[in-house]
Amino acid sequence: MTGNSPASEVVLEVADLTVGFPSDDGLVQAVRGVSYGVRRGEVLGIVGESGAGKSVTSLAVMGLLPRSAQVSGSVRFRGRQLLGAADAELNTVRGRNISMIFQDPMTSLNPVYSIGFQVAEAIRAHHSVSKAAARNRAAELLELVHIPNPRQRLDSYPHELSGGMRQRVVIAIAMANDPDVIIADEPTTALDVTVQAQIMESLQTAQQETGAAMVLITHDLGVIAGQADRVLVMYAGKLVEVGTAEDVFYTPRMPYTVGLLGSVPRLDRPGTRLISIPGAPPSVLHLPAGCPFAPRCPLVVARCTEKEPVLEPTTGPEHLAACHRSAALVGAAPGDVFDASASAVVESGRDA
Amino acid sequence: MPETPSGASTATTTAAAPGVPTSTGVPPPERKPTVVERSQFQLVLRRFRQHRLAVAGLVVLILLVLLAYVGSAVWKYKFGAFTPDESAPPSFEHPFGTDSTGKDQFAQVLRGTQISLQIAVLVAFFSTLVGTVWGAVAGYFGGLTDTIMMRVTDLVLTLPLIAVAALLGHSVGGTWWLISLVIAGLYWAYVSRVARGVVLSLREKEFVEAARALGASDARIIARHLVPNALDAIIVNATVLVAVAILLETALSYLGFGVTVPDTSLGLLVSESQTALTTRPWLFYFPGLFIILIALSINFIGDGLRDALDPRQPRARQ
Repeated sequence: MTGNSPASEVVLEVADLTVGFPSDDGLVQAVRGVSYGVRRGEVLGIVGESGAGKSVTSLAVMGLLPRSAQVSGSVRFRGRQLLGAADAELNTVRGRNISMIFQDPMTSLNPVYSIGFQVAEAIRAHHSVSKAAARNRAAELLELVHIPNPRQRLDSYPHELSGGMRQRVVIAIAMANDPDVIIADEPTTALDVTVQAQIMESLQTAQQETGAAMVLITHDLGVIAGQADRVLVMYAGKLVEVGTAEDVFYTPRMPYTVGLLGSVPRLDRPGTRLISIPGAPPSVLHLPAGCPFAPRCPLVVARCTEKEPVLEPTTGPEHLAACHRSAALVGAAPGDVFDASASAVVESGRDA
Repeated sequence: MPETPSGASTATTTAAAPGVPTSTGVPPPERKPTVVERSQFQLVLRRFRQHRLAVAGLVVLILLVLLAYVGSAVWKYKFGAFTPDESAPPSFEHPFGTDSTGKDQFAQVLRGTQISLQIAVLVAFFSTLVGTVWGAVAGYFGGLTDTIMMRVTDLVLTLPLIAVAALLGHSVGGTWWLISLVIAGLYWAYVSRVARGVVLSLREKEFVEAARALGASDARIIARHLVPNALDAIIVNATVLVAVAILLETALSYLGFGVTVPDTSLGLLVSESQTALTTRPWLFYFPGLFIILIALSINFIGDGLRDALDPRQPRARQ
C-alpha cells in the first residue's frame, strides 16, 4: 500500500485485518479488511465516529482482544507476525516495542502503587536495571512529559493527581522502553478541553524523544489536524479515505469525510453554519449491500446501494477514497454537499 | 463566624481560626499550610482511630495476648502444676480459683488462650493464603478454569463443617497446629469466594489491560495488580476469620475432637468444667469470658479495618 517507501522503513504493517465478535444475533463485523502501514517517526491519525472500529483495530494489533473475537489478516511488526502469536511471545513486544496509551487516565493507573513505582516497573519489566536506576529514569521521564517537581511526584499515588497529570504519567510509561510504535487510543477524550493541548504536546515530546511511529486514534479532527502526517478515515469497520493530512483536510474525496470536516467549528471561518450528517451509522450486524454510508449520503446514486466501493486513488497515488461519487466532490464545500439534506431531516423530524 | 466583607481582615480572622476557608485569592506571606499532606498509611490509621470500638477491641486484644504470653511466664503457678488448694474459689492467691485436683485455673486459662490464639492465627493465615490464590486465579482466568475451580470450592462449602472437622481433627490427634491445618482446609473456600468476587470486578479495570499492554504475564497481573487491589477485602476477611476459627476450635475441643489433654485450649477448659457449673462456677465462667472477649474484640477490629481501608470513604479533614 505505501508503495513508494522502502519496506524496511515500515515498522508496523496491518494487512486485510478483519475482526468479528460472535453474538446472539450473529457475527458483529467490527473491522472489515483494514490495511495500513506506519513508517518510523510518522504520526498516523485514525478518525471515525464511535463504533467505527478504531479501537478494535488497535486492540487487535496489541493482541488484547477478548478470546471470543474472530480475527484474520496479518499484523506485522518489523516483518514479525503478531497475529496469532503466543502470549509469551507477544509479551516481549508489548510495552517494549509497541506501547499503548489508553483513553481514561482515571482507571489506567493502578490505584495501589505510587506513580514512581509504576513507571519504574514498566522499565524493569523489559530491562534488567537496578531499582535506583529505574527510579532515576522514571523521574527523567516525568520531567520530559512536563510534570512539575518530578522527584517529589514519584511518591504520589494516582488519586492525588489530576486527570491531565495522570495521562502524562501514562504517556511517560508508554515511552519508558523507547518503543518503536506508540498507539494512543483517544488520549484526550476523557480530559478537560483546556488540558488537551498540553497532553498533545506531551505526546509530541514522547514521539520525538523516542523517534517512534505513532498511531493516534481519535474522533476529534482538531487533534488530528495539528499532529498527523497521514490520516485514515474509518466508517463501519472499513477505511473510507486514506491520505496525507493535507489531502484529507483540503481535498476530501468521500462525502463522510466532508461531513466530518464541516461539523467542526472553525475560528478562521466565522459565520459558516456547522453541518450535521443526518442519520446514524449502520448496524455492523446487518450491513446493507453497497456502500455503508449510502443511507446517509446526500450524493447517493443507484450504484451506491448495489456495489460497495473499494479504495481507489483520487488526487494522487497516496490519496485513496472508497466512493463512487468522489469526482462529484471536486471543489465542493461541506455546506454545498450537506446543508439541504440536513435541514430536510430536521423538517421531517418536526413533523413526526 | 460572622462574615467579613474586606479581604484583608478575612485573612487575619482565618489565621486566628484555622480551618475556615479564606475568600481571598492571595494567601498572606509566610503562612503555614492549614491542611498538611497525609500519606495513605496515615489516612488509614486516622480512620481506624475514629472507630472507638475498634480501638477498644485492639487494646483488649493486645492486653489478652500480653497476659497469655508474658503473664503466664511470670505467674507463680505453671500450667498443669498441682497446688495444695483444691476446689478453691477465686482469691488473691488464685484469681480464677482452682479445680478439684488443685490446678490453678488462671494458669490453665492463660495456656488455653495461647493455644486458641495460635490455632486461630494459623487458620486465618493458611486459609487466606490458599483461598486468595485460588479465588484470584479462578476469577482472573474465568471460563472453564473458573467453573472447575469454583465447583471444588462449592464442594468444600457443602461439607458439614463441624462433622468433618471433628472427624479429621480426631484422626490427626490433638496437636494444635495439625488441628489448625484441618480447620484451614475447610475455611479457605469462604476466602476464595470473596477473593474471586473482588477479582472479577477488578480484572475489567483499564489498568489491568494497561498492564497487559505493557507485556505483563498472567501470573504477574494476578500477583502485582489484582491481589494488592483486593487486599482490603482480604485483610478484613482474615480478621473476622480469626474470630470464627477461635469459635470452631472451641466447639471442636468442647466435643473432644480438638486439642486434647495434657495440653489445653479454651474450648477444652469449658468442656472439662461443665460438670462443675453448679458447684465450682468459676471454672466454667472464666474460660468462657476469655472466648467472648477474644471473639468480640477481633470482630470490632475487623469492623474498624473495614471502615479504615474503604477508599470510597471521603478523605476526612476534620
